Amino acid sequence: MTTNALLEARGVRKRFGAVEALRGASFSINAGEVVALMGDNGAGKSTLIKTICGVHSPDEGEILFHGQSIAGRTPSEIHGMGIETVYQDLALAPDLDTAANLYLGREVLAKGVLGWFGVLNRKKMAGHAQQVLTDLNVNIKDPAAPVAMLSGGQQQSVAVARAVTWANELVIMDEPTAALGVPQTRAVLDLIRRVRDSGRSVVLISHSLPDVLAVSDRIEVLRLGTRVARLTTKDTTEEQIVGAMTGAFTSEEAE
Amino acid sequence: MTSLRRRLLLGSATDITAILLVIVALFAILDFEAFFTSANLINILINASLLIVMAVGATFVLITGGVDLSVGSVLVFSGVIAGKVMIAMGPQGWAASIVGIVVSMLAGAAWGVVNGLVITKMRVPPLITTLGSFGAAMGLAQIITDGNDLKDVPNELIDTLGVGRFLGLPWLVWVALVVALIGGLFLALTRYGRRTYAIGSNAEAARRAGINVDRHLISVYAIAGLLSGLAGIMSYAQFGSTTLSGHGTDNLSVIAAVVIGGTSLFGGVGTMFGTLVGTMIPAVLANGLVIVGLNSFWRDFAVGVVLVAAVYLDQLRRRSRTKR
Ligand SMILES: Nc1ncnc2c1ncn2[C@@H]1O[C@H](COP(=O)(O)OP(=O)(O)OP(=O)(O)O)[C@@H](O)[C@H]1O
Ligand SMILES: [Mg+2]
Repeated sequence: MTTNALLEARGVRKRFGAVEALRGASFSINAGEVVALMGDNGAGKSTLIKTICGVHSPDEGEILFHGQSIAGRTPSEIHGMGIETVYQDLALAPDLDTAANLYLGREVLAKGVLGWFGVLNRKKMAGHAQQVLTDLNVNIKDPAAPVAMLSGGQQQSVAVARAVTWANELVIMDEPTAALGVPQTRAVLDLIRRVRDSGRSVVLISHSLPDVLAVSDRIEVLRLGTRVARLTTKDTTEEQIVGAMTGAFTSEEAE
Repeated sequence: MTSLRRRLLLGSATDITAILLVIVALFAILDFEAFFTSANLINILINASLLIVMAVGATFVLITGGVDLSVGSVLVFSGVIAGKVMIAMGPQGWAASIVGIVVSMLAGAAWGVVNGLVITKMRVPPLITTLGSFGAAMGLAQIITDGNDLKDVPNELIDTLGVGRFLGLPWLVWVALVVALIGGLFLALTRYGRRTYAIGSNAEAARRAGINVDRHLISVYAIAGLLSGLAGIMSYAQFGSTTLSGHGTDNLSVIAAVVIGGTSLFGGVGTMFGTLVGTMIPAVLANGLVIVGLNSFWRDFAVGVVLVAAVYLDQLRRRSRTKR
């Protein structure tokens, strides 16, 4: 295993009551890499990334970022390190508008005395939100409408936009294109490439083989809470990936 | 821009504002002479002032998706503590009056912090937590006073906050309106307000966005307590008594006012302007019905109907939204 990984998880265990979601799962990603994390429903993908970004703390195992342990940190500490996540359940506040969701937890304050009282700079946040969404090919008719009024795909785009805006080092996306139309999916894949070109890394969780093959450098496969394969995308066939997910094939490289 | 301004000001309270205007117009038509005098309108505001102050705090609480049933008891408790301290100080003079105001607010805030800690750290639901402190605060107030109302209020306090006026308006009304104005601006314009909505809308999302949800909730309950404490000293100054038995249903009146004003019981939605309107509807009804010669019990009936109608409208709005 490479020692200069940007992020590395080793032997992570996480149990919810009787369910052992992670049974010694490992994962690694280097700087500037796009790694797809694949696996059957319930394999533990979402649990693994929630454990990485501070929503859960691992029962056992190590999580290293730049070689330093980050296991058990709070979500805001993880954000502070430049790691952002698009959660599968999106984690948006449905009653707030698009800009408010984009800036949730990092609201921009007005200048001067007003800012001292905690008054928000709405104009700046709204303007920037509009810019980001245009880049993502998302057309929201009323930017002041609560996000609950947006379509599922538009909501997903807002969550993606938020993560990409704030991540300096690593973006983790848990099925970011599951509800998207063809042009929006293409926009997200383009965005993933742009994020990589800017020197940042992307973890992409997806069930879509074409998307994964199109955009990833490597693929890691999780099955029943452990890693069963590490594959280089350009040397890999669809059969190998499916085989790993279903348990028919195990790559000897995986621990 | 106009739509934004309208949303900020009225939000979900548009319908209810129309209802208030209709009620006012009706009474004005039925008996203009008696109802539409400045003396009577000020009277209505005086009678609503305690509820307005408590409802401002309750608006924050309900927007987080919580509830505070302890307000009336905390009001009485705070008045009792302030009364005891002021009696120990004389009980006359400006010093005693100001100390009384501060002590009352601190006593209220302390109950709020306790509520917030039990809700966030012990994970007891707000309904039960504040039902518990509703009983506990009243019990302690009775124990401290042996069940006899305190009646010694500094004259300075009575002549100002209690019955005094400033620029023609009673101090009680000034305090209520200023509290509502500051609370409304805070809710609509600041990061604190924004996060209050976010937590009520999706607490888990707020937590994952790095917001310290527990600390925010504790502060919200502390504000609600502090304002109940302020209402406590206002009441003590106004009535010259701790009115031990006078506030048993304040919590229900406050929640009804906030909900009538368009704040959602499920959190995430509401405005301070709506709360103000929601407080004025029962106040105007109580006053106007008596003036036109109807029994004031009709107020309770009408408020009950308006309350259920308001929640029904909120449900309709939510249903039409989740269908998309
Ligand atoms: N908070 C939780 N409480 C209890 N069990 C959980 C929790 N989160 C996940 N699990 C369980 O852990 C297991 C792995 O779930 P996880 O969501 O990580 O799967 P996944 O690989 O993301 O699946 P999918 O492809 O369907 O999103 C499942 O059996 C799930 O029921
Ligand atoms: Mg998942």
